[in-house]
Amino acid sequence: MGMREIPGEKVVYRNIELQDSHLLAVAREHGAYAAARKALGMSSEEVIEEVKQSNLRGRGGAGFPAGMKWSFIPKDNSRPHYLICNADEGEPGTCKDREILRHDPHLLIEGMIIAAYAVRAERGYVYIRGEFVREAERLQQAVDDAYAAGLLGDDVMGSGFRFHLAVHRGAGAYVCGEETALIESLEGKKGQPRLKPPFPANVGLYNCPTVINNVETLSAVPAILERGGAWYAGLGVPKSSGTKVFSVSGHVVRPGNYEVPLGIPLRTLLDDYAGGVRGGWENLKGVIPGGSSTPVLTAEVCATITMDYDALAKAGSMLGAGSVIVLDKSVCIVRAISRLSRFYRHESCGQCTPCREGTGWLAKIMNRLEAGQGSVGDIELLQDICNNISGKTICALGDAAAMPVAGAIRAFPEEFAYHIKHGRCMVG
Amino acid sequence: MNESHTETRKDPMPRFSAAAMREVETIYTRYPPEYRRSALLPILHLAQREFGGWLSRETLEYVAELTGIPPVRVHEVATFYTMYNLRPVGKYHVQVCTNISCWLCGSDLVVKALQEKLRLGWGETSADGRFTLTEVECLGACVNAPTLQINDDYHEDLTPEKVVEIIDRLP
Repeated sequence: MGMREIPGEKVVYRNIELQDSHLLAVAREHGAYAAARKALGMSSEEVIEEVKQSNLRGRGGAGFPAGMKWSFIPKDNSRPHYLICNADEGEPGTCKDREILRHDPHLLIEGMIIAAYAVRAERGYVYIRGEFVREAERLQQAVDDAYAAGLLGDDVMGSGFRFHLAVHRGAGAYVCGEETALIESLEGKKGQPRLKPPFPANVGLYNCPTVINNVETLSAVPAILERGGAWYAGLGVPKSSGTKVFSVSGHVVRPGNYEVPLGIPLRTLLDDYAGGVRGGWENLKGVIPGGSSTPVLTAEVCATITMDYDALAKAGSMLGAGSVIVLDKSVCIVRAISRLSRFYRHESCGQCTPCREGTGWLAKIMNRLEAGQGSVGDIELLQDICNNISGKTICALGDAAAMPVAGAIRAFPEEFAYHIKHGRCMVG
Repeated sequence: MNESHTETRKDPMPRFSAAAMREVETIYTRYPPEYRRSALLPILHLAQREFGGWLSRETLEYVAELTGIPPVRVHEVATFYTMYNLRPVGKYHVQVCTNISCWLCGSDLVVKALQEKLRLGWGETSADGRFTLTEVECLGACVNAPTLQINDDYHEDLTPEKVVEIIDRLP
């Protein structure tokens, strides 16, 4: 599973290592659905207020405050409201939600019941990436069991609240993790993002008010209802409240998903949880801190950076989905970024010209550089292409393609220059 | 995204079995009656499973007829998503992740071992129809890299030796 016993308070991974933690009986034995019962005894407004107080921010990458997102749902009920869980986990480096889907699906279902009650949604969907076949089966079993136990359906826990939940598998498209592309896909179309505004809170699934939250976000909600927003807000650091699951992959001794308070020093996360950098800290070259779209940090920055939204933004990168990819000194940065550029070229939906053409162009130049066939002026050309993609597309995939390239040129300019001058990598 | 083009099949026009039709009805219950088109992705998954692991032109036409969705719309959905196979694939579809975390943890060596074992390049199917080898983007199991998927199952923390064992164990 890749997880270790760690000190400190866990919020979303609290039951995940129990034997048969995915079963309803085990989940209930360890407190599942008590928070939902509590929430159903409150008003919708009170539930939203509790989540607002918690300062919980969306864990899918954007970091938007969850309670505020919920409060954008119109107060009237003239149209149906929908709740969607975004389980389309697909950004390279990211694999935290999969553990919840596999090992604590009832925590997610409980979080969705609470969220649905708060935004008055009678129907919800878990949009799960298509490749997660076994995870979808396990989640479906949990949903079936929850229905059988009266936890879902026309009368949730005898409260009179009606909530129907379905599992919907995607079919292989990273862009469907973008919320409006996800909606298009759920409507049975190509997953191409919509222009915003209008935002899903007003015009979402089937043109109705819709809230979309990540698996980890929704899974944090039961604990917040159980122990209070103020308690959750007290975890972590200011503006980055609570805990976060970091997926630590690459060149560490113990890759794994680790839930820790936000604001933890990166060095502590790597040394104390992930077993340290392969070959020791001195062997660290850099870290991609939040998933493949986030700009790489140099080892110098890694030594002191803390893992929270503000510190990473200040360092010119992002917390993203908390997907920490560790690169040791054996890594050719040009090759690493070239691999990522190939990913974004493959995943561009083709709707916006700057992204469709730009991602292909970036990949082509990165590939050329890596192969030792770069030309003088390629670095400037890459930067120019990045500037012409960023902010000029319907969704953030274009920016996500540009950021790692521009970030790597900023952090490791000498490696790019060496590739062009010598036709090979300065590493190995 | 999915760059393949649809092929035609040699078998007769596909038709869902009675059991598969019951699954279609179950799928429809998940969506509001006026938005039945939402069932398209699940029905395409079902069709792929029912009709030999891929979607031929005839299968797409059948799905269009069955769902009442215009054939061009069915076609554009089937070609957009990478999991819909528009050409026949082997009994075992071996999909190997080579994205960054897998690459950092040695997917190059895993790929080399696999290609030598199966004697296949990317996108190729073995002459006996047992294996198709495909390079895929992130499988989302990065802390257990390198990873590959064979049909519906993931295999993680791979080494060149382990991957050969996995292939040898397949029935």
